[in-house]
Amino acid sequence: MTVDLLDRQQAGIDEEQVFVTLTVADQLCGVPVLGVRDILGEQAITRIPLAPPEVAGSLNLRGRIVTAIDLRRRLRLAPPEAGTPCMSVVTEQGGELYALLVDQVSEVMSLKAVAFERNPATLPPEWSQFSAGVYRLDEQLLVVLDVGRLLALSDAG
Amino acid sequence: MDELLTEFLTETNESLAELDVALLKLERTPEDNDTLSFIFRLVHTIKGTCGFLGLPRLEHVAHAAENVLGKVRDGSLPATPHTINIVLTALDRVKAIVAGLAATGAEPAGDDSGLVAALDAVAVGEPTPSTGPAEPAPREPAPRPETVAGQPAEPAVAAQTIRVAVEVLEDLMTLVSELVLTRNQLLQLARSQETSDFAAPLQRLSHITSDLQEGVVKTRMQPIGNAWNKLPRIVRDLSHETGKKIELVMLGADTELDRQVLELIKDPLTHMVRNSADHGLEAAADRRAAGKPETGRIALNAFHEGGHIIIEVSDDGRGLPVDRIRAKALAGGLATEAELASMTDAQIQRFIFRAGFSTASRVTAVSGRGVGMDVVKTNIEKIGGSIELKSAPGQGTTFTIKIPLTLAIISALIVAAAGERFAIPQISVVELVRANRKTDGANPVIERINNTPVLRLRDRLLPLVNLNDLLALGATAQETGGAHIVVAQIGTAMLGIIVDRVFDTEEIVVKPVAPILRHITMFSGNTILGDGSVIMILDPNGIARATGIGASGESKAVGAAADASRSGDRTAMLLFRAGGPQPLAVPLGLVARLEDIPRETVEASCGAPVTQYRGRLMPLVPMSGRVDTNAPRQPVLVFADGDRTMGLMVDEIVDVIEDRLHVELSTASPGLLGTAVIGGRATDVIDTGYWLEQAWRDWFRGKPKPDAARLRRVLVVEDSDFFRQLLLPTLDAAGYEVVGAASAAEALRLRDAGATFDAIVSDICMPDMDGIAFARIVRESGPWAHLPLIALSANAEPQDIEAGRDAGFTDFVAKFQREALRASLQQCLAEPVAASPEGIM
Repeated sequence: MTVDLLDRQQAGIDEEQVFVTLTVADQLCGVPVLGVRDILGEQAITRIPLAPPEVAGSLNLRGRIVTAIDLRRRLRLAPPEAGTPCMSVVTEQGGELYALLVDQVSEVMSLKAVAFERNPATLPPEWSQFSAGVYRLDEQLLVVLDVGRLLALSDAG
Repeated sequence: MDELLTEFLTETNESLAELDVALLKLERTPEDNDTLSFIFRLVHTIKGTCGFLGLPRLEHVAHAAENVLGKVRDGSLPATPHTINIVLTALDRVKAIVAGLAATGAEPAGDDSGLVAALDAVAVGEPTPSTGPAEPAPREPAPRPETVAGQPAEPAVAAQTIRVAVEVLEDLMTLVSELVLTRNQLLQLARSQETSDFAAPLQRLSHITSDLQEGVVKTRMQPIGNAWNKLPRIVRDLSHETGKKIELVMLGADTELDRQVLELIKDPLTHMVRNSADHGLEAAADRRAAGKPETGRIALNAFHEGGHIIIEVSDDGRGLPVDRIRAKALAGGLATEAELASMTDAQIQRFIFRAGFSTASRVTAVSGRGVGMDVVKTNIEKIGGSIELKSAPGQGTTFTIKIPLTLAIISALIVAAAGERFAIPQISVVELVRANRKTDGANPVIERINNTPVLRLRDRLLPLVNLNDLLALGATAQETGGAHIVVAQIGTAMLGIIVDRVFDTEEIVVKPVAPILRHITMFSGNTILGDGSVIMILDPNGIARATGIGASGESKAVGAAADASRSGDRTAMLLFRAGGPQPLAVPLGLVARLEDIPRETVEASCGAPVTQYRGRLMPLVPMSGRVDTNAPRQPVLVFADGDRTMGLMVDEIVDVIEDRLHVELSTASPGLLGTAVIGGRATDVIDTGYWLEQAWRDWFRGKPKPDAARLRRVLVVEDSDFFRQLLLPTLDAAGYEVVGAASAAEALRLRDAGATFDAIVSDICMPDMDGIAFARIVRESGPWAHLPLIALSANAEPQDIEAGRDAGFTDFVAKFQREALRASLQQCLAEPVAASPEGIM
């Protein structure tokens, strides 16, 4: 996807990409809207013993079992304070559904390719490995999450 | 008609329909290479299958047509209308023959030489006499066969099956699962309303939903025999090619499994059967020399086990040559000599699953092309399965494939540890044992050897694992109190799994876990329970592997013993609250119905509360002595006996728990029988007899006593004080003189002391001497040898009843079936007792 976006930027095409924006530990992030199947509020999550720590558990989405990934843990962030509400973004990968647990899901944004940049070289590896690039918004920066990498748990160091 | 042939006809009809369209498209756009390849492939497939099935006419025509198409594809022949025409003519012929085949099951007679010659002529580029740009090719070079003349254009076979994409079925399944959950919620809502116009349609909806669910599940299931039906032919051909005599035995062909899984194991299975025939079995002469029957045997056996399908492929051939595998492994650099030296034969044999490993010293036409068992293993593992092998020199090799039932519905026991619930496939659960962590009371105690928990179960040591530790659930280890032990059968070994609680059994749909969780071998899948929550399914085999159990057959004896007396004393108990926070319990079997009636329907009659229930007045008895008039609704336990009913008003109905019941008697408070540990909590068990009498003073005296002149004497042998307390007044009320005995030994002492009875009612599960042994002794000799013997059992399964009858029981009654017991007694006592040890079967 990174390459794709860069190509477009270099080609000077004024095309827009649509993202679902979310926050995790106060950082604004985005995932391409086409990959999002559902947005869920607080859910009952069944813990899965012996699973990798990033796996928060599984939940029932209209009869399908969805594996929940704790985005804070995946990004090596501190656990949220008690009582912080939790939402999830459901995506599909290889026919399986995954829910990314985040702090807050906000609006859907259409972003111009001209505002896109590669990851800053100084971005720590915890972030750079899951970030497909950054958008400069007026107020703040939006990190594009690489969902594929986020879900590739077996590769995690 | 042969199943293979039917399948061929269905496929061919589909292909022919597609071919027509594609050929016409080709005629319009002769340069379209994709269409051309597509046509070529279809014709090629038809030709190939015809040869396989032995259909010479079809094969000839298809072959000739394929030749032409091959040339066109290569570019050596232009796709002129003439060429297309002749191919279409050939397809018409194929259609005609296929139609005849569908009608009669055999190829119709006829001559195709003219058509074939015309096709061949086109193929070599000869200008056929009729060639002219605008002139159509000879449509009918040979006369159309007679048999086909009157046939309908579209054969009937095509309409019988319809191909549906698996995703469609998958979606249907998901929707049905949702429907079931919604139905369950609706039923829950409806239950809280006493009368509702929705009740009847909802009931119908519920039935239809269940039927629909069953139907959708069925669409995905296919008997494994479908994957096998080509094997007899393959084995027959192999037998000819190799000159070996081979017999193929197939067992469990009707074992059903998910269609998708079936497709994926088809090829591995075929490959394995080929292997067995080619490498496994010896030539007839070698077999004779080895003292074996000339005909080698390949056996396929499929069955369900522990939420998996097991498929065994075995042969009685020479077995895997350990020496050659070792040499090959060494030569191929798969292991060093030192490593090999420390390996067992079984470990060395497993090298055949390694990539590029083939022991066949020569490559035969049949197998041994270097893609061997490693591909089989990879394919099986792809669908979450595993493969094991067992081989003994000179005796043969058995491969055991284990595949999960990705979409099969299984019955599972729901247990909890550290507050989290898990499902254990019921099929691997042998029994449930209640044990104490410290010595107190009658339950068996968990003992420890160097901190490893074990349990003495019927004079054998049962290894235990704590689910909490095993899954690292992190609850602090309990040192005291009760524990439930799920005794699981893993292969031939037995293992006890310590859990905190045992809930009910549920039918569950096994769903595979997400790929990122597949490495956790403790789970065989996950599922959604009726209440909508996700729950993990434990894999007893994975647990056994993790704990190092399963290799030995050491614990087999325990298993056999457990099977013999599997019944267990599990009783479904209804938990409720009344007049206090602590739960009270009553055996669910005694409760006729649970009702939740609106407060305003509670009326008073002579100062006592009553309600109108099913057109009659039902007395209500407040359990706590007072009635809470504020609550809008009143939960009531309804007890019924004959046409009389009585309602016990309680504060709240809490739960139904199936548990072993051990009641410590206490006579301190009226209305309570005593205390039992139910679901890990001390719970008072109510004395139903007392409460029934509160409502109807003469509850137990209501029936006219039959034959008052001489009371029939009945001996009740029952170790549980609770049940004895329950039975004695019931039988007393039914007009019998009842004597209770707390053990078989006590009953036998009564016999030896000369006590006489007209009938004996005995429990089956009793410590020391169980009901079966007791019955044998009674029947053996003595004054009671010919008395009617009625067995009481918590769960009367066919094999239990069989065992009971063998031992000499006249009749079998489930516990709490008060009416059934009365009827049984009446019947036994009315007829002259025919039961003699010989005549009981």
